[in-house]
Amino acid sequence: MRLRLIPDNTNINFFGYAKVTFGGSILLLIASAVLFVVMGLNFGIDFRGGTTIRTDSTTEVDVGVYRAAVEELGLGDVVVTQVFDPTFDADQHVAMIRIQAQDGQESIGEETVAQIEAALLAVDPAVTFASVESVGPKVSGELIQTAVYAVLGAVAAIVLYIWVRFEWQFALGAVVALAHDVGLTIGLWALFQIKFDLATIAALLTIVGYSINDTVVVFDRARENLVKFKQMPLVDVLNLSANETLSRTMMTSGTTLIALLALLVLGGDVIRGFVFAITWGILVGTYSSIYIAKNIVLMLGVKRDWSKEKKPSGNQFMDIDA
Amino acid sequence: MLHIARYKQVLILLACLAGVLFTLPNFFYSRVERHNDAITAQEAGRTDAEIEADAALWPSFLPSALVNLGLDLRGGAHLLAEVKVADVYATTMDAMWPEVRDVLAAERDAIGFVTREEAEPGLLKVRISKADGVERALEVVRGLAQPVVTLTGAGQSNIVVSAEGPVLTVQLSDAEKQASDDRTVKQALEIIRRRIDAAGTREPAIQRVGDSRILIQVPGAKSAQELKGWIGTTAQLGFHGVVGRTTNASTEPGAGNFLAASVNEEGVYYVLERTSVVTGEELVDAQPSFDQNGQPAVSFRFNPAGARKFGVYTSENIGAPFAIVLDDEVISAPTIQTAITGGSGIITGNFTIEESTNLAVLLRAGALPAGLDFLEERTIGPELGADSIRAGQMAALVGFIAVMAFMALTYGWFGWIANLALILNMTMIMGALSLLGATLTLPGIAGIVLTMGMAVDANVLVFERVREEMKVVKGPARAIELGYDRAMSAIVDANLTTIITAAILWFVGSGPVRGFATTLGIGIVTSVFTAIFVTRLFIVWWFQRRRPKTLEI
Repeated sequence: MRLRLIPDNTNINFFGYAKVTFGGSILLLIASAVLFVVMGLNFGIDFRGGTTIRTDSTTEVDVGVYRAAVEELGLGDVVVTQVFDPTFDADQHVAMIRIQAQDGQESIGEETVAQIEAALLAVDPAVTFASVESVGPKVSGELIQTAVYAVLGAVAAIVLYIWVRFEWQFALGAVVALAHDVGLTIGLWALFQIKFDLATIAALLTIVGYSINDTVVVFDRARENLVKFKQMPLVDVLNLSANETLSRTMMTSGTTLIALLALLVLGGDVIRGFVFAITWGILVGTYSSIYIAKNIVLMLGVKRDWSKEKKPSGNQFMDIDA
Repeated sequence: MLHIARYKQVLILLACLAGVLFTLPNFFYSRVERHNDAITAQEAGRTDAEIEADAALWPSFLPSALVNLGLDLRGGAHLLAEVKVADVYATTMDAMWPEVRDVLAAERDAIGFVTREEAEPGLLKVRISKADGVERALEVVRGLAQPVVTLTGAGQSNIVVSAEGPVLTVQLSDAEKQASDDRTVKQALEIIRRRIDAAGTREPAIQRVGDSRILIQVPGAKSAQELKGWIGTTAQLGFHGVVGRTTNASTEPGAGNFLAASVNEEGVYYVLERTSVVTGEELVDAQPSFDQNGQPAVSFRFNPAGARKFGVYTSENIGAPFAIVLDDEVISAPTIQTAITGGSGIITGNFTIEESTNLAVLLRAGALPAGLDFLEERTIGPELGADSIRAGQMAALVGFIAVMAFMALTYGWFGWIANLALILNMTMIMGALSLLGATLTLPGIAGIVLTMGMAVDANVLVFERVREEMKVVKGPARAIELGYDRAMSAIVDANLTTIITAAILWFVGSGPVRGFATTLGIGIVTSVFTAIFVTRLFIVWWFQRRRPKTLEI
């Protein structure tokens, strides 16, 4: 007995519900943009500066008491959140405390850290400080800039590669799919106010890499089929290619998701946000390579008459493009 | 048909063997770590029974490189410091003032008297009393300019002199500033490295980032504050002549003097000469020691120039006090008993043994050329790191088994071949990480787990293609061959694009993010290798042995 995620010889019309899927994606993208503008992103200290302290205690954490203790020091905005994780011991209670960047200081001063630790020890003698991280406003500003450059740079490099290897319509289809994936991820992060930090950027880049990987496999097959079935309408060629590669698409997404699921549940809370971003990205990435990238290619149309170009024109440069 | 040249088979197997061999030490992490430490100790010339025993823990013919664990896995401290390079401009201009004064004084007839004016740091403003002599003054001061010694600044001079009425302004040229910045940062880097080495931690990473920043990562440091303690103190040592002693903190020290508090005598201040007799830069050695009463002290030795200056000063000032000043505080102010011409001495002052050791380290390392601003600091406790390793290992193991089960269920016998390739792939990633001395971080573990999912992708592409070809062509051999050939373009395109993102992540990211990019990048290379060469080799062997009529895939 073999496990078959996808039966052999599927013949699904991926363009049948183009209006619903494509329209739905556009609506979701608009919603993401609105959420991003209205609610904004919950930037971590990497991007806005400030200090986070991770506390670990054997006694139950009372978020209110912690907050009151730290707020008394007059350090401005204080956020205390309790962290839960299946990998924790029974008597392990973890909290994250975030303090805004202090005026006129880059990273937080020695005395301030000592003050906070003393204030917390006063309300909870069992508390220990698992990590203290502080980022100054100068660096955080630069980090945002490099992060944006990194994402744009990665997208540009990939589009250039696809353009060289395929046709420009494919490159455009791929870039729209990527924008879709990145856009929806940012929208979800804004909606649930998930912490957006450097790890999220790394996750976004991974999503870009994975999504393109998926898209390229379908495109590769389309390229092959376009040559093989010269008379077949473009929409049928694209559908055929998607059907032929569907089994592989599902297998790869499946194995990757299995591995990520293990990490999501067992990997600990420190990287949970990061892993969640990648998991989400693989879902939207798989969707976008089936439903978005090809639609764009279909809309733009593809030059089919390669055969004509091959006719000898008696020119010694006849095989050189450009 | 379905043939792989003998030499290729050997190469593929050798590559796999190398992967296994280089991964091996990581399964005996603490044992190999002790072995490596012992070897380092032996190379440094130290040896005893314990070191011998540690060295014998691991056979020396086996590779002993280990995967570096990042700060987030091992615990430690991370600091990003910016060197205040502009500090140095002010010092340079101050040092230049006597020279400027002297050349201008020689032209007194044309320019009159010369006075230095208050100016912002980095500028030297000089007023001359005869305003019409300004042309001449500009000429002589410009005569002091020297060419900048760098490749890019070649041909430019080090100072820019301008005049506004009777006031001359001297400042460093842009080329000289650049050269000065570069020198300052290199010097700071070197001094920080020496101080941290002196603290004796394992594998600190100290590197320059951009133009004026230094990144310091020290595994095992208790906190960023402790690390700052090691490097932060400027430890500027000077020996100054004492003008007077007072208990009034608001005493006006007078021109050329400054007021410094005493460390040991509460409420006591010394009025000292601004110009030091000898500075800490002229020290060649400093060691913790004990004075004649058995109290902890620091003994030091000057270089010849320092020794001479110190000798001249002490022989001229017998009976007068002088002050040993560290970072603008008086450590002690003994009276000069005899001329000290030997160039060595001892600093006493209520030290604990730890303090005297620290002071000796700071003095030996020398002063930082400029102050540091700390832009970013992170401390990760060792327990958190250990928890992360445990969680990461567990997740990786479970993910590994789940992916293998899934592959076996889907592709049967071929799935097991892919699984074998996956196991080899994992060992090759670890082997490559060890060999390259790359750092494994928590996101790096995530990268490995992600690679696990994606590594089977290349095999999936091939197997799916073989399935398809089975329907079209005659004979399994042809189907396998076509499957590999035709899946190739998709494999190459898909993995090259992922490599592009990994490369960009590596260049842009730092710390944990870079760790992720490293494992992702290595993982892609090894997974393509195992999928294309290793599984193909296994399938060919199997095929040649069995000669099956049909394929169950």
